[in-house]
Amino acid sequence: MNILNILEEIEKVDGEIYERLSPRRAAMKSFFSVGKKLSLAAMPLALGSMFQKAYGQTAPASVTDVLNFALALEYLEWNFYNHALVATPSLVPDANGAKAAITVIRDHERAHVNLLKGALNIASPTDPATDGYKYANFQFEAVLADVFTNYQSFLKVGTALEDTGVRAYKGQAGVLKGTDVLTTALRIHAVEARHAAHLRAMTAASLGVNLKPWISYAANGNDTGISLVDANYAGEQNTMQAGIEINGLGGASQTQAAESFDEALDGVAVKKLANAFIKDGFKLT
Amino acid sequence: MKHNELETKNELQEKSLFDKTVGRRSFLQYAGAGAAGVALVAAGCKKDRGYETPTMNGGVTIDFKDDFGVLNYAYALEQLEAAFYIKVASAPPASFTAAQKAYFQDIQFHEIAHREFFKKALSTAAIPGLEVDFSKIDFTSATSVLNTAMTFEDLGVAAYNGAGKRIKDPGYLLLAGKIVSVEARHASYVRDLIKPGSFSDLSTLTAFGADVAGALDGALTPDKVLPLAQPFIKTKISAINL
Repeated sequence: MNILNILEEIEKVDGEIYERLSPRRAAMKSFFSVGKKLSLAAMPLALGSMFQKAYGQTAPASVTDVLNFALALEYLEWNFYNHALVATPSLVPDANGAKAAITVIRDHERAHVNLLKGALNIASPTDPATDGYKYANFQFEAVLADVFTNYQSFLKVGTALEDTGVRAYKGQAGVLKGTDVLTTALRIHAVEARHAAHLRAMTAASLGVNLKPWISYAANGNDTGISLVDANYAGEQNTMQAGIEINGLGGASQTQAAESFDEALDGVAVKKLANAFIKDGFKLT
Repeated sequence: MKHNELETKNELQEKSLFDKTVGRRSFLQYAGAGAAGVALVAAGCKKDRGYETPTMNGGVTIDFKDDFGVLNYAYALEQLEAAFYIKVASAPPASFTAAQKAYFQDIQFHEIAHREFFKKALSTAAIPGLEVDFSKIDFTSATSVLNTAMTFEDLGVAAYNGAGKRIKDPGYLLLAGKIVSVEARHASYVRDLIKPGSFSDLSTLTAFGADVAGALDGALTPDKVLPLAQPFIKTKISAINL
């Protein structure tokens, strides 16, 4: 087994393999030094981890990849709401239509799951409890310990999930360009945006904070005031679109400029955020 | 507090009128907004846009042969929305709360930002300003204003969703995506004002192409959207190469 031969072989199909690896020069160096001490039998494992660093969490490249990625995110969302409604039925109050709204959102996520499974030709579900990702594969409490015991914590996570879902679909639009799948993705994307706006209003009402239905300006992009989700909103402060400064355009303030355009989030960033909610062994790669 | 915020916003708006970076057309639009009847840009301004597509009877033709056509289509719809919200924000229905006034002020500037963005991005390829017709809207009635806002937002979402597939440039596609989710947020907010909890009631959106079983929002092709928008636009809009 000769690693240089392997790299040469990869280069034939992926001209950028050295570029992918080069930022990881330090990792390569340690890999080689460790490699000297490894037995031949251990080599594939070590190689595997090195290539996962180079290729791991790359953006989806094909329509099927995007559909699978979207399905994973929809599963995550559905499990979040469904667990709250089923396992902790007293968490979301009936008052002010809160439980009705969360139920509507949960059901929409389930519909999205079924739709995406259909598109991917995955057999239609018979028993939701054994279908695809199980709740046991998730770890929402690992991100916020009281997420299913404190209604406000639940709303905070739900808001971030929906806003991030909107960003995630936007980030994949380019891959789907010109296809009917794009139209479907855009239609899901808009529904998620409706959810996001409503959850933001629910959060504002429950926490007594000034959180608008649209993502307002904050220096770090996160207008929710919840530092836990800073990464979910990174970049939302942008007011420059296609080289045109929106701040001041037609009288728009910096805040209104940031609000008037939602920002995308690429697959790598979304997977990293989603994986915080997913247990080891089931994480997105 | 809210009142002061509104005053500050109005001051900012006024201040920008005297900022020389605001072009003559923008000034005309503001002047129009201040006048009794909101007229958008006068048709006479179209010459300095250099738009070459033939127009008939003072109408506008949007040529969908390339991305500029789709962007002009979006520009037309954003003109309509901006004109509507300028009128609402300048004299909101009496029953609007301070919070509602502030949010409608925000929405107004979002739509103006979209309109001005497309105008700048399209530059000489932009269609001229459209003349709107709001004679059927009772701007003193919250019901009339909210229902019109809901229609415009839901229709806007369906229009972007239905036109996205036509966009060839990934950069333009992303920009459309950045705008459509903000329109969906507007729609969600306005719907909740009309009927709490109706933020994503897709069963009321089937006429715009929504699919209840799949929880999919509306999507309409331009040939379906334009006839629905035309009653609010005096300038005749034609579409070719669809």
